[in-house]
Amino acid sequence: MATTPAKKSASKKASVSEDAARVNRERPAEPVPYKATQEELLKFYRDMLLIRRFEEKAGQLYGLGLIGGFCHLYIGQEAVAIGLQSALTPGKDSVITGYRDHGHMLAYGIDPNVIMAELTGRAAGISNGKGGSMHMFSTEHKFYGGHGIVGAQVSLGAGLAFGHKYANDGGVCLAYFGDGASNQGQVYESFNMAELWKLPIIFVIENNRYAMGTSVNRASSEDQLYRRGESFRIPGIQVDGMDVLAVRGAAEVALDWVRSGKGPVLLEMKTYRYRGHSMSDPAKYRSRDEVQSVRDNSDPIEGCKAYLAEMGVGEDALKVIEKEIRQIVNESADFAETSPEPALSELYTDVLVEQY
Amino acid sequence: MAIELKMPALSPTMEEGTLAKWLVKEGDHVKSGDILAEIETDKATMEFEAVDEGVISSINVAAGTDGVKVGTVIALITGEGDEAPAPSPKPVVSVPVEIPEQSAPPANASNLLPTDSDTVAANSAMQTVTLREALRDAMAEEMRRDDRVFVMGEEVAEYQGAYKVTQGLLDEFGARRVIDTPITEYGFAGVGTGAAMGGLRPIIEFMTFNFAMQAIDHIINSAAKTNYMSGGQMRCPIVFRGPNGAAARVGAQHSQNYAPWYASVPGLIVISPYDAADAKGLLKAAIRCEDPVVFLENELLYGRSYEVPTSDDHVLPIGKARIMREGTDVTIVSYSIGVGLSLEAADRLAEDGISAEVIDLRTIRPLDKAAVLASLAKTNRLVVAEEGWPTCSVGSEILAICMEEGFDDLDAPVLRITNEDVPMPYAANLEKAMLVNADKIVTGVRRTLGV
Repeated sequence: MATTPAKKSASKKASVSEDAARVNRERPAEPVPYKATQEELLKFYRDMLLIRRFEEKAGQLYGLGLIGGFCHLYIGQEAVAIGLQSALTPGKDSVITGYRDHGHMLAYGIDPNVIMAELTGRAAGISNGKGGSMHMFSTEHKFYGGHGIVGAQVSLGAGLAFGHKYANDGGVCLAYFGDGASNQGQVYESFNMAELWKLPIIFVIENNRYAMGTSVNRASSEDQLYRRGESFRIPGIQVDGMDVLAVRGAAEVALDWVRSGKGPVLLEMKTYRYRGHSMSDPAKYRSRDEVQSVRDNSDPIEGCKAYLAEMGVGEDALKVIEKEIRQIVNESADFAETSPEPALSELYTDVLVEQY
Repeated sequence: MAIELKMPALSPTMEEGTLAKWLVKEGDHVKSGDILAEIETDKATMEFEAVDEGVISSINVAAGTDGVKVGTVIALITGEGDEAPAPSPKPVVSVPVEIPEQSAPPANASNLLPTDSDTVAANSAMQTVTLREALRDAMAEEMRRDDRVFVMGEEVAEYQGAYKVTQGLLDEFGARRVIDTPITEYGFAGVGTGAAMGGLRPIIEFMTFNFAMQAIDHIINSAAKTNYMSGGQMRCPIVFRGPNGAAARVGAQHSQNYAPWYASVPGLIVISPYDAADAKGLLKAAIRCEDPVVFLENELLYGRSYEVPTSDDHVLPIGKARIMREGTDVTIVSYSIGVGLSLEAADRLAEDGISAEVIDLRTIRPLDKAAVLASLAKTNRLVVAEEGWPTCSVGSEILAICMEEGFDDLDAPVLRITNEDVPMPYAANLEKAMLVNADKIVTGVRRTLGV
């Protein structure tokens, strides 16, 4: 687990033939890298770059004191949210995650301005400035947060999936959690019910190798996290979470499985965060070399760029995208800095919906 | 040497039951383990087994007899031929769940007339139902009205409810809407909360609120705070319900009143009704409510019968207290089972010429301060009677309100008459001493009045 995620080859680790304990049950097909059109690939590149630049800007604003509290950046993990959510339909399929939620919101097409304004605690923020980095929602997009209690989103996600099944609306819930959350008890309570009731849910472990400062190996007796659902009969697939096409390929397989009524599936996304756990991370638990090595060898955006180059898309086209993204992000930062704070009267609103 | 078979207690608080059926007749030979009879309470049917070998020499209570007191001799077994002294009869009862039966209703429980216009229209037809039936009817009516409403919890479906509150719901609504869960409180509280966020109207039953401690994170962090954290965008219309407070002889871990815990949390509605009409009207209101509700019932009240309107549109306002008995000398504020004790205390005080007003808070959050302060302005003396601990209690909150907003009306300090500040003991005498009762309320009121 301490090794650098290998580009393109990691998904092969989950080969069905390797695990004798699993051969007697039907399993999802082995994922293959997604065959993206040039247009799709350009969109993946653009969307990942938006997350990267947005998060870099958020880090800057934090340093300037414009963003307070906890701020968990998604830099390095972009291929996970983009690869998965590009396969979903906002407004039909639901998404829920933990506190590292900016990337998942951007991946679902939510306006960067209202996200950034929430980070700066302004009235124009998506939660009117009352939620902050960890607590953002868009029911319109069926993005259900943004939850600050580690693991809570897994049970809540099972509830969203229960709702899809109850309403028979054809939707699927994508519930993200980290390698740290994968040791919480309620995750397994939710696995049990989700499989028992064949809920339409994709559990996604974003294994970025560190729960705050504790590496997976120091926290998890079974460090191959894709196996964590097997005792509940939830098939698990390990995926190279640094490769957007591998992620999207896994999403296709997972969606086929879940949409055909076969119950949940578990995807372990092997990924990496370049920044600290939050902005106040001492970074004593890993070496600079380790981080640099992942950046050099497995960066999801560089990887996507290489695929584009193979298709003949040159640097000039990418520079146009880069420029466009920088403009969007700068505008969101300006918007977030110049928007007014909530009125003091907002302190007492939205505690309850009704009057009693 | 005949052995007496006595009516068994199926739980520590059962006082009587129905001898539903004999499975043996006089003259039958029985041996240890044979099932002799079926005994029913309003909650469950239990099989009554023989522990001794012999011949049924007489059946003393006929099948179908209601109201057979615990300890009544229901049959005799004659031992076969030896002169050994008969062992004392110790019938074994198969009890499917370790849950005590409710106690019998106190004499004054069912003849109270509501005095508040929020309660029941004066001309509405009434029927006598138990509190558990009233809760069931509330859920069934709301489920008929709104397909988004469903019930989820441990043993709510096939078992018909650990306390039979969900009896019959599975038959009417099916397994899609009446859902048995594994024993997994944290998990299913989260599933329910997530379903509410997604637009459904879950009723999550906890077998008791003691087990909801496993799930309190979702009640508070996920359900209560969602609307605020999302700037009013994401609602969480969910009802968490189940028995709360002391049951009987179940010890410290199963006997606790959580009303003060939940009542301290902004974003939650906390309801704790006393009688069946309020339980029904408030549960219906809770299910229709857009906010998350913690609905605290009381196991000891489930089996009591009360008058309830027959209308299927009996919905009561949340956040309104009710004057249960008018008085002029002192106010007793209470909720849940404490209301019955307060009414008993008020009856006894009346015999001595003391006129006590009894207020049932009904909703603990938001608290009906106006009702409390209006009564205080009338009587100038107030005690709080609460089946719960004194420290940081609902009583403490009432005291603070009286100090902050009713100080000029006070002729004496407000007192908290509560359980003792210790974990619940098991021994019968210690348990009795630990709990609030009418005697303690009478004593507290006299202290307040200086008489």
